[in-house]
Amino acid sequence: MALSCTLNRYLLLMAQEHLEFRLPEIKSLLSLFGGQFISSQETYGKSPFWILSIPSEDIARNLMKRTVCAKSIFELWGHGKSPEELYNSLKNYPVEKMVPFLHSDSTYKIKIHTFNKTLTQEEKVKRIDALEFLPFEGKVNLKKPQHIFSVLEDYGLDPNCIPENPHNIYFGRWIADGQRELIESYSVKKRHFIGNTSMDAGLSFIMANHGKVKENDIVFDPFVGTGGLLIASAHFGAYVYGTDIDYNTVHGLGKASRKNQKWRGPDENIRANLRQYGLEKYYLDVLVSDASKPSWRKGTYFDAIITDPPYGIRESTRRTGSQKEIPKGMEKCPESHVPVSLSYHLSDMFFDLLNFAAETLVLGGRLVYWLPVYTPEYTEEMVPWHPCLKLISNCEQKLSSHTSRRLITMEKVKKFENRDQYSHLLSDHFLPYQGHNSFREKYFSGVTKRIAKEEKSSQE
Amino acid sequence: MKLLTHNLLSSHVRGVGPRGFPLRLQATEVRINPVEFNPDFVARMIPKVEWAALLEAADTVPKGPIEGYEHDEKFLRQMHHVLLEVDVLEGTLQCPESGRLFPISRGIPNMLLSDEETET
Repeated sequence: MALSCTLNRYLLLMAQEHLEFRLPEIKSLLSLFGGQFISSQETYGKSPFWILSIPSEDIARNLMKRTVCAKSIFELWGHGKSPEELYNSLKNYPVEKMVPFLHSDSTYKIKIHTFNKTLTQEEKVKRIDALEFLPFEGKVNLKKPQHIFSVLEDYGLDPNCIPENPHNIYFGRWIADGQRELIESYSVKKRHFIGNTSMDAGLSFIMANHGKVKENDIVFDPFVGTGGLLIASAHFGAYVYGTDIDYNTVHGLGKASRKNQKWRGPDENIRANLRQYGLEKYYLDVLVSDASKPSWRKGTYFDAIITDPPYGIRESTRRTGSQKEIPKGMEKCPESHVPVSLSYHLSDMFFDLLNFAAETLVLGGRLVYWLPVYTPEYTEEMVPWHPCLKLISNCEQKLSSHTSRRLITMEKVKKFENRDQYSHLLSDHFLPYQGHNSFREKYFSGVTKRIAKEEKSSQE
Repeated sequence: MKLLTHNLLSSHVRGVGPRGFPLRLQATEVRINPVEFNPDFVARMIPKVEWAALLEAADTVPKGPIEGYEHDEKFLRQMHHVLLEVDVLEGTLQCPESGRLFPISRGIPNMLLSDEETET
């Protein structure tokens, strides 16, 4: 059978949430399934309509089984800036590609979707009628059709300025929906065991996708907390490990984070969280451990490291300290009998994390982590760097007027040799991040200044 | 703690280096936890296992990976049981070089060491 060299074009309808995170998610997933991101435009900015070329429908379906950023995917049959352009475009679409879905034994229905405008039923019917020139031979079935065709009309993004006519109109055969329902079914609101900084479900799935997690992988979170990030990876079939320096959190003891709850119940721990979603078989182990002093033997056995390190604001950044260091009032962890130091410079922590990832990831494995940033001073050069790891993406999420966090994704591209541990000291890249060590102070400085200002103006 | 995990853990006491592996396992309470058998995952783990350490930690273990293990269901099921279903609930892990003990309680090992004890 002769295969045409032209790739099929698909229309992705994207969700309008976590805008910067969408493109890296789609790119990572396409590469996971043997495809590549090919589109006529490099970026789509804020638009929810993306046109991509994908080698096969299988890859498109696999993409939709993972993405939480895309709502639906359609095989694109035509598009234009006006109805006439759309109809011309449809007339140019090869009939032999249409026919398998239009033949007389099949059933179908046509849906009209409009974005940023509402149409009356009458207007919708008019548009469906206008498509009569297409060689539909099957029967219409509104309840359970075999094939669903969609007209999508784009009226822009400004609800205060809705144009008379759409900017773009697309026509395609619906193929599949994405996994956005996971956001609701894995919502933190319903989870048994949560902490102060449990990750929003949508973002945890995005992180697993940026990490190219796949079935039978081993995924590790060195700052596991209540295990939220592990849940997303387990959902995609990976086996999971976690460590945390906090004995109580790992064991599920102590005060609960949920409002109105005093102490954690016996069923609150990471294993129980996985059990809640039927994912217990993916639980390998959790350990009480200091991420800066890891206990793993030499070797590469993690396929992905996905983590949200502490920023020192709602959870403190800590590492185990020395007996000599303990001034009055320093925290001691009774169960472990090891003094826990409260000052762990952020830049050291990220350096340790990158080095650990470079050493224990398999080649091609990914590190996905959040980097807290004081926005007025941020520059790209500040993103921590390592000779074995290649930067894949850097996506910002604003936290407050002057702080944000960035989701950094890196891929191991070079085998780790011991000397890499020290090369960072020679690099200028290490120095800029020093500024972030006072992230905690800067974060609170904005807050205290504003409170002072408000108090002053209320007194005037 | 699963035996797969024990196979990946090493002591990081100062000066010990690679002689910190494997940790000597003393289990006082063990539970057999049925886990759904996934031959593909077990087959993936076989090349990562340090066999000598596994033989020290467990009783009934095949002497080593056999030829064509990826398709040998009997072998994979045995390995599945040893690596993933044996769960040490209480016990200790001991650094073979320094003698330092790491406790396991409620199935969770505690690997914390103070600054003085760890490598720089």
